[in-house]
Amino acid sequence: MSDYRVLPGPEHFLPPAAASMGIRLPNPGEAHINGVITSEENAYEEAARQFLMAKVPTIFPGPLVLWAWNEKAAKKATAIRHLFNTLKECVQPNQKPMLIPMPDYRPKYPKINPEIEINPNHPNLTIWHNKIDCCVFIGVHCHQANLSLKIIRGGTSCYTIAMCAQAGHEDAMLSFRDASVDKIMRLADTIKRLKGTVQPKLTPVKNAVSD
Amino acid sequence: MAETKSLIGTQNKKGQTYTDTWKMMNEAPRTPSFFTGSEVIKEALRRASCDVMIAYPITPQSEAAALIGELFAEGYIGDYFRGESEFAVMSQCAGSAFGGARVFTTTAGPGTMRAMENFPMWAGARLPIQMIVTCRGINSPLSIQPDTLEIAYLLNTGMLVWHAETAQDFFDWILKGYMVSEEPEVHLPLALCCDGFFVTHTKDVVNLTPADMCLPPYDPYRSPVPCMDMECPPVRMMRDPFVMKSNYISYATHASWQQEIWAAVERSRKHSIHWLNGLIDTENTDADIVIVASGTAVSQGREAIRLLEDEGVRCGLVKVKTLRPWPEEEIREATKNAKHIFVPEFNVTGWLAKEIRATVPNPHRVHAGPHVCGGMTMPPEIIVSEIKTALGMKTFSLAGRGS
Repeated sequence: MSDYRVLPGPEHFLPPAAASMGIRLPNPGEAHINGVITSEENAYEEAARQFLMAKVPTIFPGPLVLWAWNEKAAKKATAIRHLFNTLKECVQPNQKPMLIPMPDYRPKYPKINPEIEINPNHPNLTIWHNKIDCCVFIGVHCHQANLSLKIIRGGTSCYTIAMCAQAGHEDAMLSFRDASVDKIMRLADTIKRLKGTVQPKLTPVKNAVSD
Repeated sequence: MAETKSLIGTQNKKGQTYTDTWKMMNEAPRTPSFFTGSEVIKEALRRASCDVMIAYPITPQSEAAALIGELFAEGYIGDYFRGESEFAVMSQCAGSAFGGARVFTTTAGPGTMRAMENFPMWAGARLPIQMIVTCRGINSPLSIQPDTLEIAYLLNTGMLVWHAETAQDFFDWILKGYMVSEEPEVHLPLALCCDGFFVTHTKDVVNLTPADMCLPPYDPYRSPVPCMDMECPPVRMMRDPFVMKSNYISYATHASWQQEIWAAVERSRKHSIHWLNGLIDTENTDADIVIVASGTAVSQGREAIRLLEDEGVRCGLVKVKTLRPWPEEEIREATKNAKHIFVPEFNVTGWLAKEIRATVPNPHRVHAGPHVCGGMTMPPEIIVSEIKTALGMKTFSLAGRGS
């Protein structure tokens, strides 16, 4: 097993892809935390804790759930809305949950507005501008998600979570696989269950920005 | 992801049953058949649920390409046409794969080189195209005979590269190859190589799966990049155009993108192990002498081992099945006891020996050779001779043989 760990950055000018450092994807029924394979149960708990601790916990839904292009996508979108509403109910007043959609991947640089939009080509701008210290990717095509997650890890200290409909993402600090409506709902339930048991970070966050 | 119903158990228009691939390859009855390698490629394609095959003639793959044309006429291939050059063929393959088709093509020698620009493009676009490379000489003076030099050029394209020893390998690996390269976390093209003529034009007994079973069709909606589907949202959402601006973030995107291709090669490792039953095969690796080879050099090495046993010299064998992903740990483990590692190759540069030297500790143990090239055969006796010479044993020259 690799000694390498996928940790919040800023890691490096050009961080390596975690897969190239020996990090392996979880098998069905598993997840990974920092590149270490674990049970899904642990992953729900840890993801919920990270959300409840964060100053600006943020959900980034991608095109696979933003467009009602089939029944499953529409149901997932509804579940994500529920997750966001749950998050808003469970955080304390000094926390600021956000829902920032990633409707498509067409590059908009230099006109992207990083206050309102994440884009795989420059996800760090959105994270910097909004001081996001914990985020989850849902419904983002795997290749685009991996690009973003790696750029985020390279240039920010944001804690990244991936809820992948396929095999998961090594470049997130925590990754689920085979994401379904049930799994999104279960994450929401876990956040609700842990409400009040996890204290948000009291000191100002590291600004989620590279030094 | 898209709602796609499993078609397993249903029939296609030719009456073949879409079958769970693991069951088809491992549990279905096999029929021994006496076929050339080219005919075996055709038989594999008959069972591959392939949407598009694009052909261009170059020896020694022309026969396979023509035979697949017959499959199209019989209705087993969705579409089939001839490109105007190898470069065009590979570009057309890309277009077909972008559109969500399972794509197959064949190539060889100078044609592979002519099309080379496309291969890193395929990998960068995450297109799971399968390309058969029936290796032949690429350099002047031209040779149409087997020579594996072209594999060296494919190793750094980002494609998966496998090297089949026999027609049986070819049959099985064509079908299994789609299962690996179409995994969402892999989704890379596969160059499935063999030594032309030795495999393509030689008849051998090959155990075939039932012709009325075929692979489940490709599901492009499991792609890690947006599928180019103009009918279904997220419509018109093309892949990221390359951002050619000179700033940190565009370079970071390019860099991450390239790293992601090689990460996908790494991710193919577990699937390749699953389908190929390991990235290497080994025999007697506790011996002091180990031959490490790929392709038909494995067969010659196996025969050399038999000859050496007659003389009381015990050798082990490592058959390298996948060159990308490279079986680094497996080779290190298999050669840990070896005092001498011999790497016979059908090329002049010895690319496999260089890879192995870069992999094992104490690389002075690696003897690069023997090498043949330009289409020459490699009699097992020259492997025996190379090993005996290195061991300080008396050996006879083969140069005058047949004179």
